[in-house]
Amino acid sequence: MVEFWSSYGLPFALIVAQSVAFLVILLIIVAFLLYADRKVWAAVQMRRGPNVVGPWGLLQSFADLLKFVFKEPIIPAGANKGIFLLAPLITAGLALSAWAVIPVAKGWEIANLNVGILYVFAISSLQVYGVIMAGWASNSKYAFLAALRSAAQMVSYEVSIGFVIITVLLCAGSLNLGDIVKAQDGPLGLFGWYWLPLLPMFGVFFISALAETNRPPFDLLEAESELVAGFMVEYSSTPYMLFMLGEYVAVVLMCGLGTVLFLGGWLPPFPVPPFTWIPGVIWFVLKACFLFFLMAMVKAIVPRYRYDQLMRLGWKVFLPLSLAMVVIVAAVLQLWQHAA
Amino acid sequence: MLSALFFYLFAIFLVGAGFMVIAAKNPVHAVLFLIFAFFNAAGLFVLLGAEFLAMILIVVYVGAVMVLFLFVVMMLDVDFAELRAGFLKYLPIGATIGLLLLVELILILSAWVTAPEITAQAPAPPAADISNTEALGLILYTRYVYLFEAAGLILLVAMIGAIVLTLHHKRDVKRQKVGRQVRRTRAESVELVEVESGRGLS
Repeated sequence: MVEFWSSYGLPFALIVAQSVAFLVILLIIVAFLLYADRKVWAAVQMRRGPNVVGPWGLLQSFADLLKFVFKEPIIPAGANKGIFLLAPLITAGLALSAWAVIPVAKGWEIANLNVGILYVFAISSLQVYGVIMAGWASNSKYAFLAALRSAAQMVSYEVSIGFVIITVLLCAGSLNLGDIVKAQDGPLGLFGWYWLPLLPMFGVFFISALAETNRPPFDLLEAESELVAGFMVEYSSTPYMLFMLGEYVAVVLMCGLGTVLFLGGWLPPFPVPPFTWIPGVIWFVLKACFLFFLMAMVKAIVPRYRYDQLMRLGWKVFLPLSLAMVVIVAAVLQLWQHAA
Repeated sequence: MLSALFFYLFAIFLVGAGFMVIAAKNPVHAVLFLIFAFFNAAGLFVLLGAEFLAMILIVVYVGAVMVLFLFVVMMLDVDFAELRAGFLKYLPIGATIGLLLLVELILILSAWVTAPEITAQAPAPPAADISNTEALGLILYTRYVYLFEAAGLILLVAMIGAIVLTLHHKRDVKRQKVGRQVRRTRAESVELVEVESGRGLS
């Protein structure tokens, strides 16, 4: 019995404790990023943004949370009840579970998977189910149209994200996210990270990440001007909040993934003392926040894409570009090895 | 012990979900059960130490194939009463085919032998120090490279075939040509004209 506890019980308790701590910190950070998103948006439009709850409106997200939780959840009469309630849970749960393999500092991850990047890719490719199930179960034509749009959109942009990930894997030579970050470590610091050598791919990744997480300018499945609120139109209270939560966690996940793949994860920008004194987790958070700021700015300044243009961009521009880059990167690496 | 526990857990869910795929009355529920079955199969792969196969199973089948499946099934307008009306009529035929398949399976499994020369040819198991992604790549691109390329070629042909079958170019449809729009300059598209009052443009 004692042996059972020391070999299974304690590690299990440790993993649970780590996961809970990680989730709590992640959710608090997401709450403030949501606030930051609204503030950036407001600043671009010369508004004040949320400024009532707490000092400078800092507690706005928590006020929203309380309000959502205390409202009455309304389930439409024609809805498929089980799937209707399962969809927001899937959206939020998947977005949170992908964080298990993201290394926020050296060795700081819940699970050190050998196929970590494939795990994240698999989880992000499942995100579409939350939307499709919500759209179908709502028994509403607006929601269903949004679900159809999003199914096509998310599947299309997954293809180019996959090829972008492959170029990074070719350079790093590993599927482990920690090893990908370590492969970017070098005397060049900031300029040795993959954003510079793989610059076009960084752009493709950023734009595809926007489309994959349905952020503006690619938020065609919400499209409040035509589809009222798209797949979420029948949702209210806590289920609705779970959708919003899942969406923001997925956006932050894409920022984290971009940081790991292209911005050197926890590495300091210059490998010299004043920078190396700062712990890696701070660098990781700073880089992820920088990517999030870019995403917030895109939301604020770019108008929504038309649907056929979105598809054209995904299939006729990004797919050939990323395919060509896979071939070019592989050829360059092969020649490099040959010369060395 | 723990892995045995998880094996039975995944196996029971897998068989249960597989049964529900054919038992569920709503086709959308059936597809969702199929997705659940894939997840459990991926769990079994992880237990076997084949984490690469598990992730690929989820990415390819759940992430892409089942999305399209669900897409199609949701758009079907199925009348359940009509579907169930023919059930008794087709039951004897279905039961006969099922029975035949079962007998065939039993016959095959009871006479299962591995030819001795096959086991001699089998590739050596990969060294313990490389990950199974690496081991798969090493064997797929050396020993089985022709089969792998042939599979890729077949998929390419199928893809081109699907495009050829569904692509219709209508002549009289106006399409946006993005390249031409971008190349357009102000000089060739806008003209400022001084119009004398009372004359109009000719």
